[in-house]
Amino acid sequence: MRPTSRQWLTLAVIGAFAVSGCFSAAYGKSEGFGGGIYDPGQLKPTDSGSIVKKGDKAPDFILPSISGNKVTLSEFRGKKNVVLSFVPAAWTPVCSQQWPGYNIAKDIFDKSDAVLIGISVDNIPTLYAWTKQMGELWFPVVSDFWPHGAVAKTYGVLRDDGTTERALFIIDKQGIIRYIDVHDINTMPKLEDLAKELEKLQK
Amino acid sequence: MSIINCVLALATVALVAIPGLARASEPLTVDAGALAGMQLSIAENAAAKDYLGLKGTGTFTMPQIKADTVIIEIFSMYCPICQAEAPVVNELHQLIENTPSLKGKVKLIGIGTGNSHFEVDVFRKKYNILFPLFPDEKFLIQKAVSEPIRTPTFIAIKQIDGKGLKVQRAHVGGIKPEQFMKELMAAQSPK
Repeated sequence: MRPTSRQWLTLAVIGAFAVSGCFSAAYGKSEGFGGGIYDPGQLKPTDSGSIVKKGDKAPDFILPSISGNKVTLSEFRGKKNVVLSFVPAAWTPVCSQQWPGYNIAKDIFDKSDAVLIGISVDNIPTLYAWTKQMGELWFPVVSDFWPHGAVAKTYGVLRDDGTTERALFIIDKQGIIRYIDVHDINTMPKLEDLAKELEKLQK
Repeated sequence: MSIINCVLALATVALVAIPGLARASEPLTVDAGALAGMQLSIAENAAAKDYLGLKGTGTFTMPQIKADTVIIEIFSMYCPICQAEAPVVNELHQLIENTPSLKGKVKLIGIGTGNSHFEVDVFRKKYNILFPLFPDEKFLIQKAVSEPIRTPTFIAIKQIDGKGLKVQRAHVGGIKPEQFMKELMAAQSPK
């Protein structure tokens, strides 16, 4: 059944109104992404026990990415430094802005010959829909959905509720962990802190 | 009921029922006193100081900006909508600077809510922003507005002879530069 012109007009008006709500709270608290951000409120800052530490060999992983390829950490050994960015959950505050921030800071990663890998325990369709709202990302986004949070667990950042910490790991070209920031889940890690740590790496 | 009518009905219900969308249409109110008292760091950049008519170092407040009207964009480097909107806000700046009746009288600044100097600089360089941007790492701008800040938000203020300011307009979400200026100037012209 084809919609009438009046029905199209009504849909267009509703659509335009909905899109007008497409702006973000300071940290995407509720309004960004078409009002689709779920606000879980203030959470326990960290909720997991550390397993790996600086100087350790980074646990290897193979995870599916939203582009359809699989990403293997050890593929970068000898070639690139790697930043792993674990975010707690799709469609939540802070997370919904952290990767868009990194998306306009590619130079900072390039300067240190580093790649970024975004990781969450959400499944691929969820990650695909969520990251589509961020514009075109230059870095791979991978899913640690099944076995649920298995990679997060090996890095010691799986929280009791099945989400992960907001955590950053810098892994050098030898596969050694050089920096760990298991951040307060409620706040954004400062970009300059990551930039300073990246500068310490050998290119 | 046809499928299309079902879609229309669901869309209408969703629009009313989804709190995020409903809130987006609520007017934002701005506390002029709190905004006037907000301290910002004077930029080291000589061109930015000159543009705003500021001297020296340390901090300044909005009423010190040499202009009849100041448009404040509240943004965040991390906000994807602000990123997409950055070229449009650059157009607004160019429109002001290229219009003799506005140049020098209307000034545009950006406040990066929750952003550090470093983060604001990343945003400035990425989008080649020529108007002054200021970090607001402690979310101080939040104290001047009636609800949680959503970015981008645009606030237009009228200076009152260095004694304070009057809030003329608060707009949440993207803008169309010509329409925005037209409406702002219409609101300022004598009735």
